[in-house]
Amino acid sequence: MKSLKKINGNTLLLLITIALFVVMYIAGCVVYSTKGFTHLQTFLNILINNAGLLCVTCGMTCVMLTGGIDISVGSLIAMDCMFIAVGIEKWNMNPILLMVLVLVIGAVFGMVQGFCVGYLKIQPFIVTMAGMFFGRGMTAVICTEQVSVSSSELFVKIAQTKIELPFGAYTNNKGVLQVPYVRIPVVIALVVLIIVFLMLKYTKFGRSLYAVGGSEQSAVMMGLDVAKTKLKAYVLSSVLCSIGGICFCLNTMSGSVQQATGLEMDAISSAVIGGTLLTGGVGNVIGSFFGVLINGTISTLVKTNGKLLSSWSNIAVAALLCFFIILQSVFAKIKEKSK
Amino acid sequence: MTNIKKLISKPLFLPIFCMILVMAVNIIFDAINGNFALNFFTISVRNGILYGRLIDVLNRGSEIAILAIGMTLVVSCSAGTDISVGSVMSLAASFCCMLLAGFGVSSTSSYNVPLFVGVIAGILLAGVCGAFNGALVAFLNVQPMVATLILFSAARAIGLLLCNNLIVYVRVDSFGVFGGHLGILPTPIIIAAVCILVATVLLKKTALGLYVQSVGINRKASRIAGVRSERIIFICYIICGLCAGIAGIIASSRITSADSNNIGLNFELDAILAVALGGNSLGGGKFRLAGSIIGAYTIQAITTTLYALGVSTEQAPVYKAIIVIIIVAIQAPPVKAFFARRQAKKAALKGGVA
Repeated sequence: MKSLKKINGNTLLLLITIALFVVMYIAGCVVYSTKGFTHLQTFLNILINNAGLLCVTCGMTCVMLTGGIDISVGSLIAMDCMFIAVGIEKWNMNPILLMVLVLVIGAVFGMVQGFCVGYLKIQPFIVTMAGMFFGRGMTAVICTEQVSVSSSELFVKIAQTKIELPFGAYTNNKGVLQVPYVRIPVVIALVVLIIVFLMLKYTKFGRSLYAVGGSEQSAVMMGLDVAKTKLKAYVLSSVLCSIGGICFCLNTMSGSVQQATGLEMDAISSAVIGGTLLTGGVGNVIGSFFGVLINGTISTLVKTNGKLLSSWSNIAVAALLCFFIILQSVFAKIKEKSK
Repeated sequence: MTNIKKLISKPLFLPIFCMILVMAVNIIFDAINGNFALNFFTISVRNGILYGRLIDVLNRGSEIAILAIGMTLVVSCSAGTDISVGSVMSLAASFCCMLLAGFGVSSTSSYNVPLFVGVIAGILLAGVCGAFNGALVAFLNVQPMVATLILFSAARAIGLLLCNNLIVYVRVDSFGVFGGHLGILPTPIIIAAVCILVATVLLKKTALGLYVQSVGINRKASRIAGVRSERIIFICYIICGLCAGIAGIIASSRITSADSNNIGLNFELDAILAVALGGNSLGGGKFRLAGSIIGAYTIQAITTTLYALGVSTEQAPVYKAIIVIIIVAIQAPPVKAFFARRQAKKAALKGGVA
């Protein structure tokens, strides 16, 4: 009974998310057992394909905790990828230097947005929407055609490194031993996830994010510098997004204007599905992690089916998002009534 | 000096000032290139159709102007923006063309259903989308931007499904009328004019305009005063959806096809920009429809000028984004407070000297 009381509305949302993922994955295993859905590698592929998204979602969660939103992430990723691709192919720059530059660009980008949101008190949505169009336009300014990366040996090597897992090996139907592997972006993303989780839980900055999102007025009265906290949140989001952009670029090995369109939607829906409240103050990155996994599972299911149009995965994610938004608002109403 | 201040404080100053600025840029640009300096304003009749850059701005700006009507109401009553309008435009166009051509047909030269059925169904579907957004915002208290984010992503995808991932061409002349010409005038201008007229009558002659403003200024207080806040917000979103539907049909008729991926792309930014440029606060409350409409045409003038200056379609968003941020930053309360303080200081200094 005591443990039941501990499960309030917010943890319930997280539990629903985890249950949903497990059910969805098991359903996939049952329906597509002949198409290799049961292998460990399928799961790892979801991680590989969504490593960038995971980084972005961690940043998005931090911004959403303050009650804001950042929809510029998709274009920022496109800009990062294009910058890296053009930098390697046309300007012959060192990939490592480029990656550092991308992080700096992300930080500056986030600082401008955070300044507008925190200090000028403009609605986050408007600011980041301008950022979204700026990023997409800037991508086209850098280069309008698709650029694929192949000339830098170092970059290709990083992108193609397979980190093999010591367990879960199996022989496929041709009798070849398959060792499950992950790629470097997955490691980066998981490290980011753990760092952000610890930061949110144990650092002063992490706790102040919750405080600002929970009630801005109380945060001010507590003596927190709300504007500065918001600024930092947006910088964090854009930097994490740039890390995501690097992961994304390592995965696709190309840059194009249309890259990562609608990624902001995936990130927001992952965070919301993971139990982060849109009003701020509630949520954590573990939920977001499962949100990303659900997102990845849906698109993998659609792809495995082969007959469905790819827009179905968009619709399914939007429907899920809608479901969770309604669930959240119903919980909020119940809470208000019980007061 | 005082005259200038009076002029600046006029509500329609910002949009008209921007419009004049754009025209000035055009005149200078033409003069530099050795063209006739007033090229922007010349209107001629070619092949029985009005022709000229001004007409082009009015014509191409019709969709944004129509969207701006709905967006103004939504911004005013719920202090949020409807970012799904671009996608809903695409959905309306896809649905209309799908009905006209039949499902899975990519090109048709005869109607499957009568034209007006397709057009009205498209607009109604957009209205339903608006109702969906409105229900989330009004009855479930979801933030407007997040509620409309669902359709922002889903509507375009649904449109693609309806068209079976194809670009549906409707090669019948009567379908092209909405984006073509009616007599000497381009039809979109007429449609936009009718929409503006209807909206003005609706807002000025009925209490709706007043209700919308009162809900926007204080939702709770207006409910206590006896206005059904939820219902007003709901209606505003439906109107916004219908506007998006009309704009979608025009956009689709221009190219006599339904290109789900490209119709209405980035239009939500233009519509919001039009509202902000029109001197309306994005924080809701009082609104001025005339401002939004002038804002809409100003944006089209900016776009046309950018293209004339040789900026590509893909790069244009950079400049628009910068303009949005500058306009919104000017409107931001801390910036206003800063200028007010400076002004007060100046006044105090003057008083001290005198």
